[in-house]
Amino acid sequence: MTETLLFDRIDEPGLNTLAVYEARGGYQALRKALKMTPEEVLGELEASNLRGRGGAGFQMGKKVSFLPHGAIEKYLVCNADESEPGTFKDRELMQKTPHLLIEGLVIASYAAGASRSFIYIRGEYSQQADILDEALREARDAGYVGERILGSEHSLSLVVHRGAGAYICGEETGLLDSLEGKRGNPRLKPPFPANQGLYQGPTLINNVETLSTVPAIVRMGGAEYAKIGTEQSTGTKLVSVSGHVQRPGNYEIELGVPSREIIYGLAGGPPEGRKVKCWFPGGSSAPVLTGEDLDIPYDFESMAKAGTMLGSGAIIVVDDSTPILDVALKTAKFYRHESCGKCTPCREGTNWTVKMLERIDRGEATPMDLEIMASVQEHIIGHCLCVLGDAMAMPIGSMIAKFKDEFEAHMEARRTESSPAGELAGAAA
Amino acid sequence: MNAVGSRGWDVPADLEKNPATIPGVGGSPSVPVPEDLRKEIEAHMALYPDTRSAALPALAAAQRLHGWCSPEAIDQVACVMGVTPASLDAVATFYDMLYTEPVSPQAHSVYVCTNISCSLRGADELYAAISEQAGDDEALDVRPFECLGACDIAPMASVDGVYVGPLTVDDVPKLLDDIRAGREVLPDKQLVRRPCADPKAGA
Ligand SMILES: Cc1cc2nc3c(=O)[nH]c(=O)nc-3n(C[C@H](O)[C@H](O)[C@H](O)COP(=O)(O)O)c2cc1C
Ligand code: SF4
Ligand code: FES
Repeated sequence: MTETLLFDRIDEPGLNTLAVYEARGGYQALRKALKMTPEEVLGELEASNLRGRGGAGFQMGKKVSFLPHGAIEKYLVCNADESEPGTFKDRELMQKTPHLLIEGLVIASYAAGASRSFIYIRGEYSQQADILDEALREARDAGYVGERILGSEHSLSLVVHRGAGAYICGEETGLLDSLEGKRGNPRLKPPFPANQGLYQGPTLINNVETLSTVPAIVRMGGAEYAKIGTEQSTGTKLVSVSGHVQRPGNYEIELGVPSREIIYGLAGGPPEGRKVKCWFPGGSSAPVLTGEDLDIPYDFESMAKAGTMLGSGAIIVVDDSTPILDVALKTAKFYRHESCGKCTPCREGTNWTVKMLERIDRGEATPMDLEIMASVQEHIIGHCLCVLGDAMAMPIGSMIAKFKDEFEAHMEARRTESSPAGELAGAAA
Repeated sequence: MNAVGSRGWDVPADLEKNPATIPGVGGSPSVPVPEDLRKEIEAHMALYPDTRSAALPALAAAQRLHGWCSPEAIDQVACVMGVTPASLDAVATFYDMLYTEPVSPQAHSVYVCTNISCSLRGADELYAAISEQAGDDEALDVRPFECLGACDIAPMASVDGVYVGPLTVDDVPKLLDDIRAGREVLPDKQLVRRPCADPKAGA
């Protein structure tokens, strides 16, 4: 039986209110944490080996420990931008159990010594932001947020900040600029936010799901939590499954289960009579896998070994009814739209890739263009200020490598359709 | 809509224009700001250690009043926040939910997701049907949008922030009727009423 830590009876009516949340033991983990020292709480986070759920998979405890010590003002920012295509898990958490996030956030701020915090939520999630605002009001009135929380020495302010529609504001430094009221352009790293983040102060940034997991870790103890999942990918993970599956939705899984169990077992697989052609294992930025790869365990290390990534935990399934070119074009167009325009390989590379894919579709390309397109992707990777450029180049590169024959056939078919000879042949037929 | 980039980086600066200064500061004329808007912006400014952090919520508030980030809207925000209109212009052009082309203040915003998961389930046809049937109705501001974070109800749309899906082309007349009549849109297709897909999440 898989553990259910985040989704435990999440559809319980009224769980978004403080009364119902407290009735099932909510905010007990915060009470427990405040009786410990911040170092002890940090110790539990480190022992849990919890890895960030926003995309990069960095150990949360380690990130907290990077923050400078001492009386300096520190910030905690919750990344609720959730704009990676295919990802919708944070939305369900914030809408149905907002106090879980607030509780995790307050505990994390205690461990990190942060006194000001923000939840940066994408502007499109206005219903969820309203729910969070209401939950925050309740939490403040009950003394869980604010001055001297529950009579302790720890104080924390919290503001729900709404974005205005830009994927790049999910990238942590773009988010910080956006939160400072600017265009969401990413910053050069280093310095990392742990040293110089919001308003140039030390800043801890974590994803909604990461912070929502913290109460369970404090409750169970880090070592106990680490027994769930695999050695390098501990715990449970919310997986958003979408695309060509019969039961799209969010599922909480134990890390390390075979991917097939998620795609077929939980989500029901593609419609009757169709096969998995390819799937993005971790949002649209992850290199695609194919129908041959369904037995790969779903965890950080196995995905890395397979040349891709777990990312945000969003599985997008594409079945054999869709041409790979359509998938590539949608993907590339998204990154073209979202590129902040700051660096050349990303700004020009995403635009060029879209144009080249359109040329293939119009029958104006040759197999050599496919090679050039593959090499352009390689030249984008590692040459940008942030990883948005890579996030297009990696999946597109993987599609060209894995579906080269189909690209060539597509190109050839379109070329004969559109060439004068093809038209003649068509007219003759 | 810009030619290629959507973050405003390929919009040329108007070099004919003199750089505007902060309204009401250093001899430049102040602009009248509706009292409710001023209060709302000031309330946002009070939440942050640096008041400039209020730019997005302030612009959103001005847009609710004016329909879009018009020069007048920008000047009003600049006046209350004590920043130059240009700095706010630069912000507004970056974000998809801040409009830099005229939109009626009465218009309902209809965002139709056309990203990967939705398009695998018919989003392009859906978007075509919605824009066609909306026609040039000023009360409907229909836009294609990137992934709205609701691929579980693909294909889907957001009407003034209310998520509905999965939608078929047959739902479009009722959807638009509901919006025009000011009714709740497709109540049985609203995301907030949907249970979690995970069977373990139940009671
Ligand atoms: C282009 C881009 C978009 C991102 N979008 C998000 C996002 O929407 N939500 C998120 O939590 N992290 C996102 N990230 C990852 C963040 O930069 C950061 O690693 C994360 O918020 C850290 O939190 P975690 O350690 O808890 O995962 C994005 C990264 C990039 C490069
Ligand atoms: S890689 Fe792209 S999105 Fe990232 S900073 Fe450069 S241009 Fe902007
Ligand atoms: S792709 Fe449409 S909501 Fe995600």
